[in-house]
Amino acid sequence: MDFLNALVAILNFVVIPAAAYGAQLALGALGVTLIYGILRFSNFAHGDTMAFGTGLVILVTWGLQALGISLGPLPVALLALPIGIALCSAFVLGTDRVVYRFYRKKKSDSIIMVMASVGVMFVMNGLTRLLIGVDEIRFDDGARFLISVQDFKAWTGLTEGLALRLSQALTLVVTALCCWALFRFLNKSRSGKAMRAYADNEDLALLSGIDPERIVRLTWIIATALAVTAGTLYGLDKSFKAFNYFQILLPIFAAAIVGGLGSPIGAVAGGFIVAFSEVAVTYPWKKIATYLGFQPEGLLQLLSTEYKFAVSFVILIVVLLFRPTGLFRGKAY
Amino acid sequence: MAEPYLSASAMRGGYGKADILNGCTLTVDQGQIAVIVGPNGAGKSTAMKAVFGMLNLREGAVKLGGEDITRLTPQERVHKGMGFVPQTHNIFPTMTVEENLEMGAFIRTDDYRETIEQVYHLFPAVADKRKQNAGELSGGQRQQVAVGRALMTKPRLLMLDEPTAGVSPIVMDELFDRIIEVARTGISILMVEQNARQALEIADIGYVLVQGANRYTDSGKALMADPEVRRTFLGG
Repeated sequence: MDFLNALVAILNFVVIPAAAYGAQLALGALGVTLIYGILRFSNFAHGDTMAFGTGLVILVTWGLQALGISLGPLPVALLALPIGIALCSAFVLGTDRVVYRFYRKKKSDSIIMVMASVGVMFVMNGLTRLLIGVDEIRFDDGARFLISVQDFKAWTGLTEGLALRLSQALTLVVTALCCWALFRFLNKSRSGKAMRAYADNEDLALLSGIDPERIVRLTWIIATALAVTAGTLYGLDKSFKAFNYFQILLPIFAAAIVGGLGSPIGAVAGGFIVAFSEVAVTYPWKKIATYLGFQPEGLLQLLSTEYKFAVSFVILIVVLLFRPTGLFRGKAY
Repeated sequence: MAEPYLSASAMRGGYGKADILNGCTLTVDQGQIAVIVGPNGAGKSTAMKAVFGMLNLREGAVKLGGEDITRLTPQERVHKGMGFVPQTHNIFPTMTVEENLEMGAFIRTDDYRETIEQVYHLFPAVADKRKQNAGELSGGQRQQVAVGRALMTKPRLLMLDEPTAGVSPIVMDELFDRIIEVARTGISILMVEQNARQALEIADIGYVLVQGANRYTDSGKALMADPEVRRTFLGG
Protein backbone atom coordinates (compact mmCIF):
# COMPACT_ATOMS: atom_id res chain seq x y z
CA MET A 1 0.00 0.00 0.00
CA ASP A 2 2.80 2.39 0.91
CA PHE A 3 4.54 1.47 -2.28
CA LEU A 4 1.43 2.43 -4.24
CA ASN A 5 1.21 5.68 -2.30
CA ALA A 6 4.82 6.45 -3.20
CA LEU A 7 4.08 5.72 -6.83
CA VAL A 8 1.04 7.98 -6.85
CA ALA A 9 3.02 10.75 -5.14
CA ILE A 10 5.75 10.50 -7.80
CA LEU A 11 3.13 10.62 -10.53
CA ASN A 12 1.36 13.56 -8.96
CA PHE A 13 4.30 15.73 -8.01
CA VAL A 14 6.95 14.78 -10.54
CA VAL A 15 5.77 12.89 -13.62
CA ILE A 16 2.61 14.82 -14.49
CA PRO A 17 3.95 18.36 -13.90
CA ALA A 18 7.26 17.54 -15.59
CA ALA A 19 5.52 15.95 -18.56
CA ALA A 20 3.32 19.01 -19.07
CA TYR A 21 6.24 21.39 -18.62
CA GLY A 22 8.41 19.22 -20.88
CA ALA A 23 5.78 19.31 -23.59
CA GLN A 24 5.67 23.11 -23.43
CA LEU A 25 9.47 23.30 -23.63
CA ALA A 26 9.47 20.79 -26.49
CA LEU A 27 7.13 22.97 -28.56
CA GLY A 28 9.29 26.00 -27.87
CA ALA A 29 12.51 24.13 -28.63
CA LEU A 30 11.06 22.81 -31.91
CA GLY A 31 10.64 26.39 -33.08
CA VAL A 32 14.17 27.32 -32.00
CA THR A 33 15.65 24.28 -33.71
CA LEU A 34 13.73 24.84 -36.97
CA ILE A 35 14.90 28.45 -37.15
CA TYR A 36 18.45 27.36 -36.36
CA GLY A 37 18.41 24.61 -38.99
CA ILE A 38 16.92 26.68 -41.78
CA LEU A 39 17.71 30.33 -41.04
CA ARG A 40 21.01 29.37 -39.42
CA PHE A 41 20.93 31.44 -36.26
CA SER A 42 19.77 31.13 -32.64
CA ASN A 43 16.65 33.22 -32.32
CA PHE A 44 16.77 35.00 -28.97
CA ALA A 45 13.43 36.62 -29.66
CA HIS A 46 11.68 33.25 -29.49
CA GLY A 47 10.65 33.60 -25.83
CA ASP A 48 9.18 37.02 -26.48
CA THR A 49 7.45 35.71 -29.60
CA MET A 50 5.75 33.30 -27.21
CA ALA A 51 4.83 36.16 -24.86
CA PHE A 52 3.60 38.45 -27.63
CA GLY A 53 1.58 35.69 -29.28
CA THR A 54 0.08 34.58 -25.99
CA GLY A 55 -0.81 38.20 -25.24
CA LEU A 56 -2.67 38.33 -28.54
CA VAL A 57 -4.41 35.05 -27.73
CA ILE A 58 -5.53 36.47 -24.37
CA LEU A 59 -6.94 39.60 -26.00
CA VAL A 60 -8.86 37.50 -28.52
CA THR A 61 -10.03 35.23 -25.67
CA TRP A 62 -11.43 38.24 -23.80
CA GLY A 63 -13.14 39.36 -26.97
CA LEU A 64 -14.71 35.95 -27.51
CA GLN A 65 -15.77 35.77 -23.86
CA ALA A 66 -17.37 39.21 -24.16
CA LEU A 67 -19.37 37.83 -27.08
CA GLY A 68 -20.61 35.11 -24.74
CA ILE A 69 -18.76 32.29 -26.50
CA SER A 70 -17.86 29.27 -24.39
CA LEU A 71 -16.38 25.86 -25.20
CA GLY A 72 -17.98 24.12 -22.23
CA PRO A 73 -15.25 22.35 -20.25
CA LEU A 74 -12.49 23.47 -22.63
CA PRO A 75 -10.85 26.90 -22.36
CA VAL A 76 -11.97 29.52 -24.90
CA ALA A 77 -8.27 30.24 -25.50
CA LEU A 78 -8.20 27.15 -27.75
CA LEU A 79 -10.58 28.94 -30.11
CA ALA A 80 -8.53 32.14 -29.87
CA LEU A 81 -5.27 30.26 -30.54
CA PRO A 82 -5.49 30.06 -34.37
CA ILE A 83 -6.34 33.77 -34.54
CA GLY A 84 -3.45 34.60 -32.23
CA ILE A 85 -1.11 32.46 -34.36
CA ALA A 86 -2.22 34.24 -37.54
CA LEU A 87 -1.72 37.70 -36.02
CA CYS A 88 1.63 36.83 -34.45
CA SER A 89 2.88 35.18 -37.68
CA ALA A 90 2.04 38.35 -39.57
CA PHE A 91 4.07 40.33 -37.05
CA VAL A 92 7.02 37.91 -37.17
CA LEU A 93 7.03 37.91 -40.98
CA GLY A 94 7.13 41.69 -40.70
CA THR A 95 10.26 41.51 -38.51
CA ASP A 96 11.85 39.17 -41.04
CA ARG A 97 11.09 41.63 -43.81
CA VAL A 98 12.38 44.63 -41.84
CA VAL A 99 15.31 43.08 -39.96
CA TYR A 100 16.52 39.61 -40.87
CA ARG A 101 16.11 39.72 -44.64
CA PHE A 102 18.65 42.52 -44.88
CA TYR A 103 21.30 40.41 -43.15
CA ARG A 104 20.30 37.30 -45.06
CA LYS A 105 20.80 39.05 -48.41
CA LYS A 106 24.19 40.24 -47.20
CA LYS A 107 25.00 36.68 -46.13
CA SER A 108 25.98 38.00 -42.69
CA ASP A 109 27.58 35.79 -40.08
CA SER A 110 25.17 33.98 -37.84
CA ILE A 111 26.41 35.93 -34.80
CA ILE A 112 25.15 39.13 -36.46
CA MET A 113 21.74 37.52 -36.95
CA VAL A 114 21.78 36.46 -33.28
CA MET A 115 22.52 40.03 -32.19
CA ALA A 116 19.77 41.33 -34.46
CA SER A 117 17.40 38.85 -32.82
CA VAL A 118 18.39 40.24 -29.40
CA GLY A 119 17.24 43.63 -30.66
CA VAL A 120 13.99 42.15 -31.91
CA MET A 121 13.62 40.47 -28.52
CA PHE A 122 13.77 43.81 -26.67
CA VAL A 123 11.30 45.41 -29.05
CA MET A 124 8.84 42.52 -28.73
CA ASN A 125 9.34 42.50 -24.98
CA GLY A 126 8.32 46.16 -24.80
CA LEU A 127 5.44 45.71 -27.22
CA THR A 128 4.05 42.86 -25.15
CA ARG A 129 4.07 45.04 -22.04
CA LEU A 130 2.36 47.87 -23.90
CA LEU A 131 -0.16 45.44 -25.32
CA ILE A 132 -1.20 43.60 -22.20
CA GLY A 133 0.77 44.91 -19.23
CA VAL A 134 3.15 43.30 -16.79
CA ASP A 135 0.62 41.82 -14.36
CA GLU A 136 -0.08 38.18 -13.87
CA ILE A 137 -3.12 37.16 -15.91
CA ARG A 138 -5.16 34.00 -15.57
CA PHE A 139 -7.18 33.29 -18.67
CA ASP A 140 -8.19 29.66 -18.24
CA ASP A 141 -11.93 29.12 -18.12
CA GLY A 142 -13.91 25.90 -18.38
CA ALA A 143 -13.22 22.91 -16.14
CA ARG A 144 -10.14 22.92 -13.92
CA PHE A 145 -9.59 19.25 -13.18
CA LEU A 146 -9.89 16.10 -15.19
CA ILE A 147 -9.13 14.08 -12.06
CA SER A 148 -9.31 15.83 -8.70
CA VAL A 149 -7.54 14.75 -5.52
CA GLN A 150 -10.81 14.02 -3.66
CA ASP A 151 -12.20 11.92 -6.51
CA PHE A 152 -8.97 9.99 -6.84
CA LYS A 153 -8.84 9.24 -3.11
CA ALA A 154 -12.49 8.16 -3.12
CA TRP A 155 -11.91 5.80 -6.08
CA THR A 156 -8.72 4.20 -4.88
CA GLY A 157 -8.86 4.52 -1.09
CA LEU A 158 -5.19 5.58 -1.05
CA THR A 159 -4.06 8.27 1.38
CA GLU A 160 -2.07 9.95 -1.37
CA GLY A 161 -4.08 11.94 -3.87
CA LEU A 162 -3.52 12.48 -7.57
CA ALA A 163 -4.71 15.43 -9.60
CA LEU A 164 -4.68 15.86 -13.33
CA ARG A 165 -5.54 19.36 -14.37
CA LEU A 166 -7.32 19.87 -17.65
CA SER A 167 -4.57 22.27 -18.76
CA GLN A 168 -1.97 19.53 -18.24
CA ALA A 169 -3.93 16.94 -20.18
CA LEU A 170 -4.60 19.52 -22.88
CA THR A 171 -0.88 20.35 -23.09
CA LEU A 172 0.05 16.72 -23.64
CA VAL A 173 -2.67 16.10 -26.23
CA VAL A 174 -1.99 19.30 -28.18
CA THR A 175 1.77 18.72 -28.11
CA ALA A 176 1.35 15.17 -29.37
CA LEU A 177 -0.87 16.43 -32.20
CA CYS A 178 1.57 19.23 -33.09
CA CYS A 179 4.55 16.86 -33.17
CA TRP A 180 2.65 14.31 -35.25
CA ALA A 181 1.59 16.99 -37.73
CA LEU A 182 5.05 18.57 -37.89
CA PHE A 183 6.91 15.31 -38.44
CA ARG A 184 4.39 14.22 -41.03
CA PHE A 185 4.78 17.55 -42.78
CA LEU A 186 8.59 17.41 -42.74
CA ASN A 187 8.83 13.80 -43.89
CA LYS A 188 5.96 13.44 -46.33
CA SER A 189 5.00 16.74 -47.91
CA ARG A 190 6.78 18.39 -50.80
CA SER A 191 7.19 21.67 -48.90
CA GLY A 192 8.43 19.88 -45.79
CA LYS A 193 11.03 17.97 -47.78
CA ALA A 194 12.07 21.20 -49.46
CA MET A 195 12.60 22.70 -45.99
CA ARG A 196 14.81 19.79 -45.01
CA ALA A 197 16.69 20.01 -48.30
CA TYR A 198 17.29 23.71 -47.72
CA ALA A 199 18.53 23.00 -44.20
CA ASP A 200 20.83 20.27 -45.54
CA ASN A 201 22.42 22.07 -48.46
CA GLU A 202 21.33 25.60 -49.26
CA ASP A 203 23.18 25.90 -52.59
CA LEU A 204 22.00 22.59 -53.95
CA ALA A 205 18.43 23.43 -52.89
CA LEU A 206 18.74 26.62 -54.92
CA LEU A 207 20.05 24.64 -57.90
CA SER A 208 17.11 22.27 -57.56
CA GLY A 209 14.72 25.18 -58.00
CA ILE A 210 13.60 25.53 -54.35
CA ASP A 211 12.63 29.15 -53.60
CA PRO A 212 14.58 30.16 -50.48
CA GLU A 213 12.31 33.06 -49.53
CA ARG A 214 9.31 30.75 -49.52
CA ILE A 215 11.15 28.29 -47.26
CA VAL A 216 12.09 31.13 -44.92
CA ARG A 217 8.49 32.34 -44.70
CA LEU A 218 7.22 28.83 -44.09
CA THR A 219 9.79 28.35 -41.32
CA TRP A 220 8.81 31.56 -39.55
CA ILE A 221 5.13 30.66 -39.71
CA ILE A 222 5.66 27.13 -38.36
CA ALA A 223 8.04 28.29 -35.62
CA THR A 224 5.62 31.05 -34.62
CA ALA A 225 2.66 28.67 -34.57
CA LEU A 226 4.61 26.33 -32.29
CA ALA A 227 5.77 29.21 -30.08
CA VAL A 228 2.30 30.69 -29.64
CA THR A 229 0.84 27.25 -28.95
CA ALA A 230 3.55 26.57 -26.37
CA GLY A 231 3.05 30.00 -24.80
CA THR A 232 -0.71 29.61 -24.58
CA LEU A 233 -0.45 26.15 -23.07
CA TYR A 234 2.13 27.41 -20.57
CA GLY A 235 -0.13 30.35 -19.70
CA LEU A 236 -3.15 28.11 -19.26
CA ASP A 237 -1.15 25.70 -17.12
CA LYS A 238 0.51 28.28 -14.88
CA SER A 239 -0.48 31.85 -15.64
CA PHE A 240 0.52 34.54 -18.08
CA LYS A 241 3.26 36.90 -17.07
CA ALA A 242 5.32 38.57 -19.76
CA PHE A 243 8.57 38.20 -17.84
CA ASN A 244 8.15 34.44 -17.39
CA TYR A 245 8.41 33.94 -21.13
CA PHE A 246 11.66 35.80 -21.25
CA GLN A 247 12.99 33.49 -18.54
CA ILE A 248 11.72 30.33 -20.17
CA LEU A 249 14.06 31.06 -23.09
CA LEU A 250 16.94 29.49 -21.17
CA PRO A 251 15.37 26.04 -20.61
CA ILE A 252 14.11 26.14 -24.22
CA PHE A 253 17.61 26.73 -25.55
CA ALA A 254 18.96 24.09 -23.19
CA ALA A 255 16.38 21.66 -24.59
CA ALA A 256 17.23 22.47 -28.22
CA ILE A 257 20.97 22.15 -27.57
CA VAL A 258 20.68 18.95 -25.53
CA GLY A 259 18.74 17.37 -28.38
CA GLY A 260 21.11 18.75 -30.99
CA LEU A 261 20.39 22.08 -32.66
CA GLY A 262 18.64 21.56 -35.97
CA SER A 263 17.21 18.17 -35.00
CA PRO A 264 13.41 18.29 -34.45
CA ILE A 265 13.27 14.91 -32.70
CA GLY A 266 16.14 16.08 -30.49
CA ALA A 267 14.21 19.20 -29.51
CA VAL A 268 11.30 17.11 -28.28
CA ALA A 269 13.56 14.75 -26.35
CA GLY A 270 15.55 17.70 -24.97
CA GLY A 271 12.38 19.41 -23.74
CA PHE A 272 11.43 16.41 -21.66
CA ILE A 273 14.97 15.83 -20.39
CA VAL A 274 15.29 19.42 -19.16
CA ALA A 275 11.81 19.45 -17.63
CA PHE A 276 12.23 16.15 -15.80
CA SER A 277 15.66 17.14 -14.49
CA GLU A 278 14.36 20.49 -13.30
CA VAL A 279 11.37 19.03 -11.49
CA ALA A 280 13.27 16.06 -10.08
CA VAL A 281 16.04 18.22 -8.69
CA THR A 282 13.75 20.81 -7.11
CA TYR A 283 11.17 18.38 -5.69
CA PRO A 284 11.43 17.50 -1.97
CA TRP A 285 11.57 13.70 -1.99
CA LYS A 286 11.00 13.30 1.74
CA LYS A 287 7.39 12.16 1.47
CA ILE A 288 8.20 9.47 -1.07
CA ALA A 289 11.20 8.28 0.92
CA THR A 290 8.99 8.00 3.98
CA TYR A 291 6.47 5.87 2.09
CA LEU A 292 9.32 3.60 1.05
CA GLY A 293 10.36 3.07 4.67
CA PHE A 294 13.19 5.58 5.04
CA GLN A 295 13.28 8.21 7.73
CA PRO A 296 15.16 11.10 6.14
CA GLU A 297 16.16 14.04 8.28
CA GLY A 298 15.93 16.81 5.69
CA LEU A 299 13.47 17.50 2.94
CA LEU A 300 15.62 15.64 0.42
CA GLN A 301 15.33 18.62 -1.90
CA LEU A 302 18.52 19.02 -3.90
CA LEU A 303 17.85 22.59 -4.94
CA SER A 304 15.20 25.06 -3.91
CA THR A 305 12.79 26.02 -6.68
CA GLU A 306 14.17 29.55 -7.01
CA TYR A 307 17.29 27.98 -8.45
CA LYS A 308 15.54 25.84 -11.03
CA PHE A 309 17.19 27.71 -13.89
CA ALA A 310 20.55 26.52 -12.60
CA VAL A 311 19.50 23.05 -13.73
CA SER A 312 19.21 24.21 -17.34
CA PHE A 313 22.59 25.91 -17.06
CA VAL A 314 24.25 22.78 -15.70
CA ILE A 315 22.71 20.59 -18.40
CA LEU A 316 23.82 23.07 -21.04
CA ILE A 317 27.38 23.13 -19.78
CA VAL A 318 27.62 19.36 -19.46
CA VAL A 319 26.29 18.81 -22.97
CA LEU A 320 28.51 21.47 -24.49
CA LEU A 321 31.54 19.97 -22.75
CA PHE A 322 30.95 16.32 -23.50
CA ARG A 323 28.67 16.14 -26.52
CA PRO A 324 28.52 19.52 -28.19
CA THR A 325 26.43 18.27 -31.10
CA GLY A 326 23.69 17.10 -28.73
CA LEU A 327 22.08 13.70 -28.35
CA PHE A 328 20.73 13.58 -31.89
CA ARG A 329 23.70 15.04 -33.74
CA GLY A 330 22.72 18.58 -34.52
CA LYS A 331 24.87 20.86 -36.59
CA ALA A 332 26.86 23.99 -35.95
CA TYR A 333 27.06 27.07 -38.10
CA MET B 1 27.49 22.11 -90.38
CA ALA B 2 24.69 22.47 -87.83
CA GLU B 3 25.36 24.54 -84.75
CA PRO B 4 26.49 22.47 -81.76
CA TYR B 5 23.99 21.97 -78.90
CA LEU B 6 26.10 23.95 -76.46
CA SER B 7 28.30 26.69 -77.69
CA ALA B 8 30.13 28.89 -75.22
CA SER B 9 32.33 31.19 -77.21
CA ALA B 10 35.17 33.54 -76.31
CA MET B 11 34.25 33.62 -72.62
CA ARG B 12 36.09 36.25 -70.61
CA GLY B 13 35.54 36.91 -66.93
CA GLY B 14 36.50 36.12 -63.33
CA TYR B 15 35.45 36.54 -59.73
CA GLY B 16 37.20 39.78 -58.89
CA LYS B 17 39.02 42.29 -61.05
CA ALA B 18 41.43 39.85 -62.65
CA ASP B 19 40.02 37.64 -65.38
CA ILE B 20 40.38 33.91 -64.98
CA LEU B 21 38.91 33.09 -68.37
CA ASN B 22 40.69 34.70 -71.29
CA GLY B 23 38.68 33.90 -74.35
CA CYS B 24 37.79 30.31 -73.62
CA THR B 25 35.52 28.51 -76.08
CA LEU B 26 33.68 25.26 -75.41
CA THR B 27 31.24 23.45 -77.66
CA VAL B 28 29.44 20.16 -77.17
CA ASP B 29 27.27 18.33 -79.70
CA GLN B 30 24.18 16.32 -78.90
CA GLY B 31 25.18 13.10 -77.13
CA GLN B 32 28.85 14.02 -77.11
CA ILE B 33 31.19 13.74 -74.16
CA ALA B 34 33.40 16.80 -73.81
CA VAL B 35 36.19 16.83 -71.26
CA ILE B 36 38.07 19.84 -69.96
CA VAL B 37 41.57 19.09 -68.71
CA GLY B 38 44.52 21.25 -67.85
CA PRO B 39 46.96 22.14 -65.10
CA ASN B 40 45.89 23.41 -61.70
CA GLY B 41 44.54 26.93 -61.80
CA ALA B 42 43.88 26.81 -65.54
CA GLY B 43 40.28 27.84 -64.97
CA LYS B 44 38.69 24.45 -65.72
CA SER B 45 36.01 24.61 -63.04
CA THR B 46 35.60 28.34 -63.63
CA ALA B 47 34.90 27.70 -67.30
CA MET B 48 32.20 25.23 -66.37
CA LYS B 49 30.71 27.61 -63.81
CA ALA B 50 30.65 30.29 -66.49
CA VAL B 51 28.70 27.96 -68.78
CA PHE B 52 26.24 27.36 -65.94
CA GLY B 53 25.87 31.06 -65.13
CA MET B 54 27.57 31.02 -61.72
CA LEU B 55 30.05 33.61 -62.98
CA ASN B 56 29.36 36.88 -64.73
CA LEU B 57 31.02 37.10 -68.13
CA ARG B 58 32.50 40.34 -69.35
CA GLU B 59 32.68 39.05 -72.89
CA GLY B 60 31.52 36.08 -74.82
CA ALA B 61 28.21 34.30 -75.15
CA VAL B 62 26.66 31.02 -74.08
CA LYS B 63 24.15 29.44 -76.42
CA LEU B 64 22.13 26.32 -75.69
CA GLY B 65 20.24 24.75 -78.56
CA GLY B 66 20.67 27.92 -80.57
CA GLU B 67 19.19 30.13 -77.82
CA ASP B 68 21.34 32.81 -76.18
CA ILE B 69 21.29 32.15 -72.42
CA THR B 70 24.23 34.38 -71.43
CA ARG B 71 22.12 36.52 -69.11
CA LEU B 72 20.15 33.74 -67.39
CA THR B 73 20.65 32.69 -63.77
CA PRO B 74 21.70 29.09 -63.01
CA GLN B 75 18.13 28.29 -61.91
CA GLU B 76 16.76 29.52 -65.21
CA ARG B 77 19.36 27.49 -67.07
CA VAL B 78 18.14 24.37 -65.25
CA HIS B 79 14.72 25.08 -66.74
CA LYS B 80 16.36 25.37 -70.16
CA GLY B 81 17.79 21.86 -69.91
CA MET B 82 21.09 22.14 -68.05
CA GLY B 83 21.98 19.85 -65.19
CA PHE B 84 24.93 20.58 -62.91
CA VAL B 85 26.73 18.32 -60.45
CA PRO B 86 29.01 20.37 -58.18
CA GLN B 87 32.31 18.86 -57.11
CA THR B 88 31.47 18.83 -53.39
CA HIS B 89 28.32 19.28 -51.33
CA ASN B 90 26.35 17.80 -54.18
CA ILE B 91 23.81 15.76 -52.18
CA PHE B 92 21.36 16.31 -49.30
CA PRO B 93 23.14 14.20 -46.66
CA THR B 94 20.34 13.77 -44.09
CA MET B 95 17.73 12.90 -46.70
CA THR B 96 17.24 9.46 -48.18
CA VAL B 97 18.48 8.59 -51.65
CA GLU B 98 14.90 8.64 -52.89
CA GLU B 99 14.25 12.06 -51.34
CA ASN B 100 17.43 13.36 -52.97
CA LEU B 101 16.06 12.32 -56.33
CA GLU B 102 12.66 13.83 -55.51
CA MET B 103 14.35 17.13 -54.70
CA GLY B 104 16.17 16.92 -58.01
CA ALA B 105 12.76 16.80 -59.66
CA PHE B 106 11.45 19.73 -57.58
CA ILE B 107 10.79 21.97 -60.58
CA ARG B 108 8.91 19.26 -62.44
CA THR B 109 5.14 19.32 -62.27
CA ASP B 110 4.58 16.08 -64.18
CA ASP B 111 4.93 12.54 -62.92
CA TYR B 112 8.62 11.87 -62.37
CA ARG B 113 8.42 8.31 -61.06
CA GLU B 114 9.55 6.96 -64.40
CA THR B 115 12.69 9.10 -64.28
CA ILE B 116 13.44 7.80 -60.78
CA GLU B 117 13.20 4.25 -62.12
CA GLN B 118 15.54 5.16 -64.97
CA VAL B 119 18.08 6.52 -62.49
CA TYR B 120 17.79 3.35 -60.40
CA HIS B 121 18.24 1.31 -63.56
CA LEU B 122 21.39 3.28 -64.38
CA PHE B 123 22.78 3.02 -60.83
CA PRO B 124 21.65 -0.33 -59.35
CA ALA B 125 23.94 0.11 -56.31
CA VAL B 126 22.03 3.26 -55.40
CA ALA B 127 18.67 1.62 -56.00
CA ASP B 128 19.41 -0.89 -53.24
CA LYS B 129 19.89 1.95 -50.78
CA ARG B 130 16.94 4.12 -51.74
CA LYS B 131 15.66 4.33 -48.15
CA GLN B 132 19.07 5.08 -46.68
CA ASN B 133 20.36 8.58 -45.94
CA ALA B 134 22.60 9.75 -48.75
CA GLY B 135 25.19 10.99 -46.25
CA GLU B 136 25.77 7.41 -45.07
CA LEU B 137 26.81 6.15 -48.52
CA SER B 138 30.34 5.60 -49.79
CA GLY B 139 32.04 8.28 -51.87
CA GLY B 140 31.32 6.57 -55.18
CA GLN B 141 27.68 5.97 -54.33
CA ARG B 142 27.27 9.58 -53.25
CA GLN B 143 28.55 10.69 -56.64
CA GLN B 144 26.02 8.38 -58.26
CA VAL B 145 23.27 9.97 -56.17
CA ALA B 146 24.56 13.41 -57.13
CA VAL B 147 24.52 12.53 -60.84
CA GLY B 148 21.10 10.91 -60.40
CA ARG B 149 19.76 14.05 -58.74
CA ALA B 150 20.91 16.17 -61.67
CA LEU B 151 19.36 13.71 -64.14
CA MET B 152 15.94 14.10 -62.52
CA THR B 153 15.16 17.29 -64.46
CA LYS B 154 15.81 15.32 -67.70
CA PRO B 155 18.59 17.68 -68.76
CA ARG B 156 19.85 17.81 -72.35
CA LEU B 157 23.29 18.85 -71.12
CA LEU B 158 24.81 17.37 -67.98
CA MET B 159 27.79 19.16 -66.44
CA LEU B 160 30.05 17.31 -64.01
CA ASP B 161 32.71 19.05 -61.96
CA GLU B 162 35.36 16.44 -61.21
CA PRO B 163 32.95 13.55 -60.69
CA THR B 164 35.74 11.13 -59.79
CA ALA B 165 37.51 13.33 -57.23
CA GLY B 166 38.35 11.23 -54.20
CA VAL B 167 36.96 7.89 -55.38
CA SER B 168 38.94 4.70 -55.90
CA PRO B 169 40.16 3.69 -59.42
CA ILE B 170 37.62 0.87 -59.68
CA VAL B 171 34.75 3.19 -58.78
CA MET B 172 36.17 5.73 -61.21
CA ASP B 173 36.00 3.25 -64.11
CA GLU B 174 32.47 2.36 -63.09
CA LEU B 175 31.45 6.01 -63.00
CA PHE B 176 32.95 6.65 -66.43
CA ASP B 177 31.02 3.64 -67.79
CA ARG B 178 27.83 5.14 -66.42
CA ILE B 179 28.63 8.51 -67.92
CA ILE B 180 29.10 6.89 -71.34
CA GLU B 181 25.73 5.22 -70.86
CA VAL B 182 24.10 8.56 -70.06
CA ALA B 183 25.66 10.10 -73.19
CA ARG B 184 24.27 7.25 -75.33
CA THR B 185 20.75 8.32 -74.39
CA GLY B 186 21.42 11.56 -76.25
CA ILE B 187 22.43 13.73 -73.30
CA SER B 188 25.46 15.91 -73.91
CA ILE B 189 28.13 15.74 -71.24
CA LEU B 190 30.59 18.44 -70.26
CA MET B 191 32.98 17.51 -67.52
CA VAL B 192 36.07 18.75 -65.78
CA GLU B 193 38.49 16.00 -64.82
CA GLN B 194 41.58 15.69 -62.73
CA ASN B 195 42.18 12.15 -64.03
CA ALA B 196 42.99 13.48 -67.48
CA ARG B 197 44.18 10.23 -69.09
CA GLN B 198 41.10 8.14 -68.25
CA ALA B 199 38.77 11.01 -69.02
CA LEU B 200 40.27 11.68 -72.44
CA GLU B 201 39.88 7.99 -73.27
CA ILE B 202 36.11 8.34 -73.17
CA ALA B 203 36.01 11.88 -74.56
CA ASP B 204 34.60 12.66 -77.99
CA ILE B 205 36.19 16.04 -77.70
CA GLY B 206 38.83 17.26 -75.29
CA TYR B 207 39.76 20.78 -74.31
CA VAL B 208 43.15 21.51 -72.81
CA LEU B 209 42.92 24.82 -70.99
CA VAL B 210 45.93 26.86 -69.95
CA GLN B 211 45.52 30.19 -68.17
CA GLY B 212 41.88 30.45 -69.04
CA ALA B 213 42.32 29.96 -72.77
CA ASN B 214 42.09 26.98 -75.14
CA ARG B 215 45.53 25.51 -75.77
CA TYR B 216 44.62 22.31 -77.59
CA THR B 217 41.25 21.15 -78.86
CA ASP B 218 40.83 17.79 -80.52
CA SER B 219 39.20 14.42 -80.12
CA GLY B 220 40.19 12.62 -76.93
CA LYS B 221 42.15 10.00 -78.90
CA ALA B 222 44.08 12.60 -80.87
CA LEU B 223 45.03 14.52 -77.73
CA MET B 224 46.25 11.32 -76.13
CA ALA B 225 48.34 10.64 -79.18
CA ASP B 226 49.82 14.14 -79.37
CA PRO B 227 53.33 13.90 -77.90
CA GLU B 228 53.31 17.57 -76.89
CA VAL B 229 50.07 17.17 -74.91
CA ARG B 230 51.30 13.93 -73.38
CA ARG B 231 54.56 15.42 -72.29
CA THR B 232 53.13 18.64 -70.87
CA PHE B 233 49.81 17.61 -69.38
CA LEU B 234 49.57 13.87 -69.06
CA GLY B 235 52.89 13.18 -67.45
CA GLY B 236 54.66 11.38 -70.34
